[in-house]
Amino acid sequence: MNRFAELLAALAFQPQRNGKLRLLTDYFRSVPDPDRGYALAAIAGGLKFTHAKPALIRGLVDARIDPVLFDLSYDYVGDLAETVALIWPKKHGANVSPGLGEIVERLATLGKAELPRCLEKWLDALDADGRLALIKLITGGLRVGVSARLAKTAVAGIKSVDPNEIEELWPALSPPYLDLFAWLDGTAEKPSAKAHAVFRPVMLAHAIEEEDWPGLDPSDFIAEWKWDGIRVQAVSEGNVDRLYSRTGEDIGGSFPDVLDALPPNVVIDGELLVIRKGEAASFNELQQRLNRKAVNAKMLQEFPAGIRAYDLLMLDGEDLRGCAFVERRARLEKFIAERKSQQLDLSPLVPFATWDELRAHRASPPSPAVEGVMLKRKVSPYLPGRVKGEWWKWKRDPHLVDAVLMYAQRGHGKRSSYYSDYTFGVWKNDELVPVGKAYFGFTDEELVKIDRFVRAHTTNKFGPVREVVHDQKTGLVFEVAFEGLARSTRHKSGVAMRFPRINRLRWDKPPGEADTIETLEMMLTAD
Amino acid sequence: MTPLLEPKPGGLYCAEGDFFVDPVRAVKRAVITHGHSDHARAGHEQVLATAETIAIMEVRCGDDCAGIKQAARYGQTTTIGNVKVTLKPAGHILGSAQAVVERGAERIVVSGDYKRRRDPTCARFEPVECDVFISEATFGLPVFTHPPDTQEIAKLLHSIAVFPERAHLVGAYSLGKAQRIIALLREAGYDAPIFLHGAMVELCKLYERFGVRLGLLIPLTEAKNKIFSGSVVIAPPSVFGERWTRRLGDHVNSFASGWMRIRARARQQGIELPLIVSDHADWEELTATVEELRPRELWVTHGQEDALVHYSRSIGVPARPLSLKGYDETGEGEPETGTQATLFPLNANGGNGKDSGL
Repeated sequence: MNRFAELLAALAFQPQRNGKLRLLTDYFRSVPDPDRGYALAAIAGGLKFTHAKPALIRGLVDARIDPVLFDLSYDYVGDLAETVALIWPKKHGANVSPGLGEIVERLATLGKAELPRCLEKWLDALDADGRLALIKLITGGLRVGVSARLAKTAVAGIKSVDPNEIEELWPALSPPYLDLFAWLDGTAEKPSAKAHAVFRPVMLAHAIEEEDWPGLDPSDFIAEWKWDGIRVQAVSEGNVDRLYSRTGEDIGGSFPDVLDALPPNVVIDGELLVIRKGEAASFNELQQRLNRKAVNAKMLQEFPAGIRAYDLLMLDGEDLRGCAFVERRARLEKFIAERKSQQLDLSPLVPFATWDELRAHRASPPSPAVEGVMLKRKVSPYLPGRVKGEWWKWKRDPHLVDAVLMYAQRGHGKRSSYYSDYTFGVWKNDELVPVGKAYFGFTDEELVKIDRFVRAHTTNKFGPVREVVHDQKTGLVFEVAFEGLARSTRHKSGVAMRFPRINRLRWDKPPGEADTIETLEMMLTAD
Repeated sequence: MTPLLEPKPGGLYCAEGDFFVDPVRAVKRAVITHGHSDHARAGHEQVLATAETIAIMEVRCGDDCAGIKQAARYGQTTTIGNVKVTLKPAGHILGSAQAVVERGAERIVVSGDYKRRRDPTCARFEPVECDVFISEATFGLPVFTHPPDTQEIAKLLHSIAVFPERAHLVGAYSLGKAQRIIALLREAGYDAPIFLHGAMVELCKLYERFGVRLGLLIPLTEAKNKIFSGSVVIAPPSVFGERWTRRLGDHVNSFASGWMRIRARARQQGIELPLIVSDHADWEELTATVEELRPRELWVTHGQEDALVHYSRSIGVPARPLSLKGYDETGEGEPETGTQATLFPLNANGGNGKDSGL
């Protein structure tokens, strides 16, 4: 458990993706079975046991600690799990510290009545980091900012295999993944992915840039709308149905309606959307359905989800990924025509002869749920990853507003001595209200200038955050680009931006001339 | 009879001997427990301290830091009027002492800042039976338990192995912590040169003069090639996030402090590698000391007094907070370098806001 606890602690303090990856690979390489496998399961969300409620842990600590001391401490630390982990009194002569494998295996078979006593014994035997890891594990919230995909990528790093290989195997594997690690260690053959309904690595597109156009011939391409939902892969194989995100995460639990409507023996690549009477709704509505453990009938009725199909990867056991796009598309059109439903329809093509014609279509999309067009080479097979030159995405132009820098925060790693994360606001009457945060879109030279500005115009410090002058006359105006707006009760302004980034620095513009909240509210109704 | 020691605005005062212990402003006569600047201020007419503490004061404030400087060995007794003063090791930093103040059979021990565990850079704390024990309480909450320092140093070495291309910037207070971290690294077998920020160069030399071996140290400004990847660089924590750090390239921010026990503290300061190493007693050391000494009364000076006073009373030792002003409650004793901990207060209670769940 100690190594696992150390790993969680290190991950919690590590802001960079590559840093996390390094820590994880180091762990998976150096920790023996079965602990590393259970760690992988814990991080990738593959462990099943009855979780303990915070109240149970609170009860255990109350029996051990003077309530006055506990309250003073909790008040100071602020986080209950951390307070309990730190304050738990050392017991001399406690058992040897249990391994992660031992704990997970015991939890799987433990009756509810035995849990408190067992937990107490473990808390006695562990150190503070170990106790915190145990409490997080057992209450079901590791919260270390590592996705299942990142954990699998780290595992792939043991032997430098393509993470997609692990993704394909994944549904056939189970904790503690002894066969997987044996293969990566070089002591056994690669496990077979015979299990049904596995995830197929997804084909991705490049964003098209000005310099790409001259090399492209319109007659080589087919265009279709790019829908603003969630890219998914729906798989039905044997008697197993699954819905995967584009990173291979199983999100079927939140979308029983979509799974129920899935025809048998097929793999469809498409966009998950809220669809009402054939009309796609905005991303904001789909968001209501995301990350829900339980879905009630009201949700299903109010926000009916469906798949708008882009591609057909397998039909009745035949793998179509090697076929040209036009051929797959023809099979897909026929397939959908025979089985079209409220939960499954076809993403229509956008006919065009010249790029200018396509540009005109892109400028007037048929639905607010369209976020641009996709270009697909007619002859391209379905290849995993972002293969240059085969698929292109051409997003609609972003929204732009002029906003005023209000707070700046120091970055991490190479940027740790630069104020590189910016909170900006727009005017609401005479006051600026924060509307978003961005930390990219500017060049290194611009960063140096903004950093200098922040340091010279600080009015307040809160930890790593500085408040920067922002009145009518003095301040820094950013032209902020973003993809969309949603209503938000968590922001004082009432709106939240999607993918905001700094488009341009407006050193020339007085803050008083920046945009107002009314401008944003109008965009909200237009969306 | 006048009290042997009493709290005054200037610090703890002994009327009979007309001296203060660690006064916060210039006075006629001062007994100084250790060299941190909130305890050892310049400008007193007479100073009684260990030779190490006096040497530290001279390095930091110049030879004229005090009028008459009287050095006492540990265990040597000095008589001032009717009062006897003896310095005993406090285990905090090089030269740190408890002031044992006696009048007849009455004895008060002013611990100054102290810790109980072994430290290769200073003499270990010696418990002295007494009527009144005056304790610090910097880490006076049961959530503060400092892990073994070897474990924290192992964390640093592991990180260097995982990120060999990045420099490791270890924030450590210039006096005491920096030298202890260096000595612990050497004990763990780390023998590469260690790079130093200018603020600690002279103090490291001073430690060496008093026989503390620190190995090869290179002031950053004298480094031949300016590539620090994979190296340990020690600097005061005030440099975090400052432009000074840019010379290190991509680096890991590490901070050696007892405050690193609280994760929010580390995260707020952008620390990637918190090292929980403190020169102050943790909760277990504070309470074990009270239980071991069982003084007639416990007085608690700076830090988190409430919990320690409560605990002491609960085991039958009467206790009271002294609430002395002028000492750095972050316990790092270096307010003039702008300790990050004071720059980054948590909320009013010191907490970071309640989490909704676990």
